[in-house]
This record gives sequence, C-alpha cells and structure tokens, in this order.
Amino acid sequence: MSTLTPALVDAAAGPARRRRIPLTRLVGVELRKLTDTRASRWLLAAVPLLTLVVVTGVTLWGDDSEVTFLAHTTTNMMPLELILPLVTVLAVTGEWSQRSASTTFTLVPRRGRVMTAKAVGALLVTLAATATVVVLSAAGTVAAARVRGLDAVWDLSLDLTLRLALANLVAIAFGFVVAVVIRRTAPAMVAYLAFMFVVPMVSMVAAGLWTWWAGNGAWYDLTWSTSFVTGPEITGEQWAQVGTSALIWIVVPMVLGMRRLLRAEIR
Amino acid sequence: MIRIDSLTKRYGGLAAVDDVSFTAFPGRVTGFLGPNGAGKSTTLRIVTGLAEPTAGRATVLGSRFADLPNPGLDVGVLLDASAQHGGRTGRETLVLAQRTMGLPDAQVDAMLDLVGLTPAESRRRVRDYSLGMRQRLGIATALLGDPRVLILDEPANGLDPAGIRWMRDLLRGFADDGGTVLLSSHLLAEIETIADDIVVIGHGRVVAAGSKAELLAGAGALVRADDGAALGSALVSAGYRATAGADGAVVTDAAPVDAGRVAFAAGIPVSELRDSDGTALEEMFLDLTSADQRDRRADAHAPTPTGARA
Repeated sequence: MSTLTPALVDAAAGPARRRRIPLTRLVGVELRKLTDTRASRWLLAAVPLLTLVVVTGVTLWGDDSEVTFLAHTTTNMMPLELILPLVTVLAVTGEWSQRSASTTFTLVPRRGRVMTAKAVGALLVTLAATATVVVLSAAGTVAAARVRGLDAVWDLSLDLTLRLALANLVAIAFGFVVAVVIRRTAPAMVAYLAFMFVVPMVSMVAAGLWTWWAGNGAWYDLTWSTSFVTGPEITGEQWAQVGTSALIWIVVPMVLGMRRLLRAEIR
Repeated sequence: MIRIDSLTKRYGGLAAVDDVSFTAFPGRVTGFLGPNGAGKSTTLRIVTGLAEPTAGRATVLGSRFADLPNPGLDVGVLLDASAQHGGRTGRETLVLAQRTMGLPDAQVDAMLDLVGLTPAESRRRVRDYSLGMRQRLGIATALLGDPRVLILDEPANGLDPAGIRWMRDLLRGFADDGGTVLLSSHLLAEIETIADDIVVIGHGRVVAAGSKAELLAGAGALVRADDGAALGSALVSAGYRATAGADGAVVTDAAPVDAGRVAFAAGIPVSELRDSDGTALEEMFLDLTSADQRDRRADAHAPTPTGARA
C-alpha cells in the first residue's frame, strides 16, 4: 500500500481532526425526538391540558379547602407521575421498537453519550412540566379565590415544591431504568405501570400480614419511600429510606442495564 | 477505505463470521456478495460499530468506527432501510441526522432533492413509505454529511428498475469522485453490474475475492462446436472439466487458448471461443446458495442469526 496516494493521506489526517459531537447538541436532538412523534407530542400536551381541566373542575366544584395553592399543586402533580415516565420510556425504547437505533448509533457510536443526552432531555422536560404545573396551579389558586370571594391561600413552601419536583425526577428515573433494562415499548410500559400500581398493593398486603415489613418495608419499597417525599414533612430516616430503595430499584438495575445496552448488538 | 482484518463473530458455537479479511479501496465499488445468512449483515454491523467482533478488527479511514469523532461526516451508512422511526416524517428523520452532525439546515432539502423525494412526500410519515421510498430516504441520510465512504446493506431492495439504475449511477459517480463504496447483495447480477471488486462470502467465510475482471475472466472458456458432445469428451480426456450444453456450447475450466488447442488437436471445428464470462463465478455462487438452502432444510429449527432478515 502506497502512502503517497492522496486519498490515503487524506484518510489518515481527516477523521481524527474532526471535533467530537458536543453533548449539548445531542441533548438538543433528543429533546426534539421527545416532541416529533404524535405519541410523545400528545403525552406532553396532556400535561397542561389535564392541569387546566383539573384546575377548572376543582375551582368550580371543589371544597374550599381544596382550592389552596398546596392542594391545587399536589393534585395537579399526580398525572405527571404517570405521563412523564411514559414519555421517558418512549424516548428510550422507541429506538429499539422502531429500530431507529441503528441510525442513531451509527451517527453517534458512543452509546453512553446518546443515553446521557436522553436522560438530560427527560430531566429538562420533567422540570419544565413541573414548573408548568406550579404556574397553572398558582393561576388556579387566584381564579378560585376570585370566584369564591376568598383570599388566595399561598400555603406551598419552597421546600415542598422542590420535593414535588424531586418525586417527579425519581419517577422518570425509574421509567428510564425500566426502558434501559427492557428496551421494548409495550413491555416496558406495562412493567412501569405494574410497578406503580401493583407493588404498593402487594406491599400494603404484606405490611398487614407481616409486622416486620410494616416497620421496615419503606427501606426496600420505592413507591412507599417516595410517598414520604411529597408529604408535608420528611425525616432524616425517611430520606435514608428513599436512598436505599432508590439504590435497589434505580441505581443497581441502571448500572446492570446500561452495561448490557452499551455492548448489545443492534439489529 | 475500509479494512477488515481476520474478523470473527461467534454466537455460542456458531461462527456467523469466520476469519473474514478484505479491503474496500477508494475510487472503487466493492461488492459484498453472498446468499442470505452468509454473514454479510453481521460483518457490516461490526464495521459500523453496532456489534462487537469476537476477534479481529475493522477500520474505516484508519480508525475503528467507534473512534470516529463525528462518523456521519466521514462514513455514510445504510444498513436497513426499514429500520426508521415510523412515526416521524421523512424530513424529520433527515433533520435529526443533520442536527446530530451539526450541518446547515439547507443540506436537508438538498438531499431530498438529490434522492428524488418531493416536498409533499417528505412531509409524510415514514410508516406510510414504500420500501423504495425508505431506501431513498436511507440513502439521503447516508449522503447527508458528504462522506467519503459509503456502507450499504442490500440498497437495491425494494427499488424499481429505474430506481436501481439511479442507485447504480449514484454509486458509480461517488466512487469515480474518489469515494469508497462497500455494498452487499445476495444477487450476483446486481453486483456484477456495479462492482469493481467482488468479495464472495458463504457460511461466514470469504470464498473468493478480487477485481471483477479477475473473477469473471480466467475462470474458463465457452467453446461452441457443431458436435458439442465430442468436444466435451475431448476436453475431459485432456484433463479439464467440461459441461456440454444443448446447442453445441461447452463450458470448461480450461483457458480459451488451451480449449482451442484441444479442439484443434481433436480435429473439431470451433464456431465460437471466448472467456466464459463469470459462468464459473455464477456456478460457485449457485453452489453456495443451494448448499445453504440444503443446510436450512436439514436443521430448520436452528437459529440463523446472520443477516437472515436483510
């Protein structure tokens, strides 16, 4: 092989000189992917729409105690716990279920960077959705007070606001983990929903039958421990329970799932 | 340039790719030919970093694919035209690739234009595309970053004859401008019309490789005589293999000059004498294909992980 052939000289100097694709650009692309299909667009549009419906309903027919800022906000956060993780699941599993992964990972062969960009994108969407709900809840609080001739009650502390946002982040983190481990849309969604609805029931039954679980289950059950996060007060021990259960349900499966995802053959 | 060096990929005990080595050179179209399940797609997936080899190494422009900083600008890849997100429009699919590579927006329209997708078609969802339209969209994605290397797995699938002609001209022009093209196919005729170099793979192993001229020529002769049967037996008794056809044509593994001498010595007048034009390549390929089919029938329940879907 002659090193004098121009194409070969060029080849040796070309690709290595290029700049690596910056992570900010990948995050931009992943954010775009979150909103460029009908499924994800509707799921995301549901956040403000549902909030508006609930705010209007509570304002018109709710009890006076339900129209405070705190009551509005906590009610309106509930759908997020369902919607945002499903959007996150779609963002990850769509690559495999729709088989766009082969294009995505030939454009960016460092799969860890793509997955990081997906995680950052989901995080940004979650924060934006949380902020939207808080703002719409504030508007609802003002509207309800006007309609009823009451003083608006601003009883949501900053501390609790941040914890509500954290609870949403835990929910999407778990959705992300489920998607990374399962990598197919329908099974991953079913697994997520089953976790959200079945685990608390099983855990409650177990607590009723087994006193040890009643006293210690929160160390292991993520749905149980995250219910403390959105309570009025949270103790140090409860934070520790959030930590251990997140380690079991989020950190460990994430590490194992990502290790597999980074190496798995993409077809 | 693409270098593939002793590449092996095992799935359990099965070697889907078994010690494959070849090079695709700039300025040439390299055809990667083999029956379905021969290991073509697996090889291409390893080259593009989608699968890890069990052993061996593949480099593109001197780097492992995974080490290319922004691979879309150097290597255009189309492995499976149907592997695109059905919920996105064709245009959106290109926009995502364009943004990932950091290219100007205008490049998207330029590519749509190049591959002949109209603005109206580009706004439709990919799930409503025909396979031919998906191939065009896939080619547009591959060409978007103005790469110097193209890697295409069965790019002619789903294209109509005009589309195949278009693809052939496009790849020819790309190679003539100094680009490297590696494309796979399970159709000999398709590879014959477009490739400069041919690599034939069967059961994960390279069974023949060389320039098209080498592989097609020197492979034997076609001799025609009034008495084909006599000519055939003369060739056989001279130690060559020979197959007599119906109209006096005899295909032999003897070079034309030797076949002519045998006929002359046997006193048989010859009405035609020429290179057999890849008849040998075709027979080898047919042997591979039919052997493969026999295998599949023999163990129909065995997994066939290598590109069987391609």
